Amino acid sequence: MQNRVSPFLISILCIGVAVLYVPIFVLIGYSFNASALVSVWGGFSTTWYTQLIHNDQILDAAWLSLKIGVVVSTGSVILGTLAAISLVRFKAFRGRLLLTGMVNAPLVMPEIITGITQLLLFVSMLNLLGWPHRGFTTIVIAHIAFCSAYVTITVQSRLASADRSLEEAAMDLGSGPVRAFIDTTLPSIAPALGSSWLLSFTLSLDDLVISSFVSGPGASTLPMVIFSKVKLGVSPDVNALASLIICLVGAGVLLAGYLMRRSEQQRVRDAQMAER
Amino acid sequence: MPYNGLAHALPRAARGEWLKRHGKWLIILPPLLFLLVFFLIPFAFALVISFADTAVRVPPFTDILSVSPDWHIHLTLNLGNLKYLFTDEVYGLSYLYSLKTAFFSTLICLAIGYPMALAIARTSKSTQSILLLIIILPFWTSFLLRVYALEGIIRETGLLNSALLWLGIIDHPLQIMRTTFAVYLGIIYSYLPFMVLPLFATLEKLDNSLLEAAADLGSPPWRAFLDVTLPLSMPGIIAGSMLVFIPAIGEFVIPTLLGGPDNLMIGRVLWDEFFGNRDWPVASAVAIVFLVLLVGPIALYQHYNTKQLES
Repeated sequence: MQNRVSPFLISILCIGVAVLYVPIFVLIGYSFNASALVSVWGGFSTTWYTQLIHNDQILDAAWLSLKIGVVVSTGSVILGTLAAISLVRFKAFRGRLLLTGMVNAPLVMPEIITGITQLLLFVSMLNLLGWPHRGFTTIVIAHIAFCSAYVTITVQSRLASADRSLEEAAMDLGSGPVRAFIDTTLPSIAPALGSSWLLSFTLSLDDLVISSFVSGPGASTLPMVIFSKVKLGVSPDVNALASLIICLVGAGVLLAGYLMRRSEQQRVRDAQMAER
Repeated sequence: MPYNGLAHALPRAARGEWLKRHGKWLIILPPLLFLLVFFLIPFAFALVISFADTAVRVPPFTDILSVSPDWHIHLTLNLGNLKYLFTDEVYGLSYLYSLKTAFFSTLICLAIGYPMALAIARTSKSTQSILLLIIILPFWTSFLLRVYALEGIIRETGLLNSALLWLGIIDHPLQIMRTTFAVYLGIIYSYLPFMVLPLFATLEKLDNSLLEAAADLGSPPWRAFLDVTLPLSMPGIIAGSMLVFIPAIGEFVIPTLLGGPDNLMIGRVLWDEFFGNRDWPVASAVAIVFLVLLVGPIALYQHYNTKQLES
């Protein structure tokens, strides 16, 4: 089958990929437009980028989003991995079906429903318990709830295919189950943990709908600020900001992917060496 | 110190026994409780608040349960919100409109995504990983910003109109922004990777010897596709379709940024009810009815997804 890809399939693939990428490249191109009129090309300029540095509203929002992103992705990797271990290693326990459902549902649940229900919970909790105040804390909790689902799905498939013989050997040699897991299986699922940390980070950094619901006065994340600007139409400083975010995230993902693949290949090579 | 050792050994053994039997709950409980409290229980709150009434206070709705000074508990259920949803036709129409939009966008995504996934699945392993990366990368970058980037292409003075004018195909710019077409375009553009990836996952696992057998027995390629490839890729078709269909029904960003006033999808109605009218009880009722409509598709998705994960 290797060389029997029909020209029809190839052309659809090319069109599809073009549709995915052309708008992004056009956006990046226009971000260097000197003209304030977004439709007229007024020559190459980096004015809009230098203006960003002096925009306090955007800088504050970016800093808040980054802080949220780091806490969310770390929390999500911990909770999501625990859920993945539960689902893969403990075949039968009370609440297994419930956990499976709660891990899969956030992936398809429309954000608008998740957002409104979580806000109602937070408001009621604040009324009854005096905690949490709407803002950083509530956004972090709401993001972890859906990001950890992505982590679980990623780690789950990795964990299911992981070789358990090393872990069993470690236990035979007297390691406790936790110790054996940390020494043998954890390194082998590390790439999955890394990529799901990164995925949670980008999902959190990008979320608009859930953040808008659960956030409080004074806590505007970057997507919230961008959305309020974008509603008014295309503007050159948003072009610059958007290009910057897309390029940074894209480069980060590619770099991380490359590093993870390299360490993975190294690990496979080491394992082969050890077998000889 | 043999005696001392014995004294310590007993409780330690007991502790080990306890850990062995119940230790797994230390792993299961944190995610289970977190998701229970912050994902599932919120739906119960939304259900309860959909029976409340609006009030001028913080939070802006009345209590369902109240305790009077003489310790009588009062339960006040307001069925007005639900009745309102079924009598004011805006809600029914926007539910139907959202379903229609999501359904047709899913079909178009499938029509474009299937050949793409098939093409990727039939290339060599090294090309596959590069192509997959190209498909996944937009998913990692911002969703909101990609919708915004699309606006730069299709607005009146955007690249598409400029190109068509320059080529002489049209003599005045097309109005694409703020139309139904723009909403479809936005959904297909944003959700296409969600269709391609699960389809690729099933098509990649397909046993090629079946296709070769069909060819040996005289099946033309289109016949082999209909008889072998298509039925075997059904799990991927369903998973991909649900990953597009369900979030698309509740889409808010795309109809707001790209659509016109006619493109009243349910996500937009809910948002306006909440942030515009500040009617939290009606917004909760909209969300609950919406959720009830989604139970079927979500259950279908779960069913195929768990089956695929276990195989």
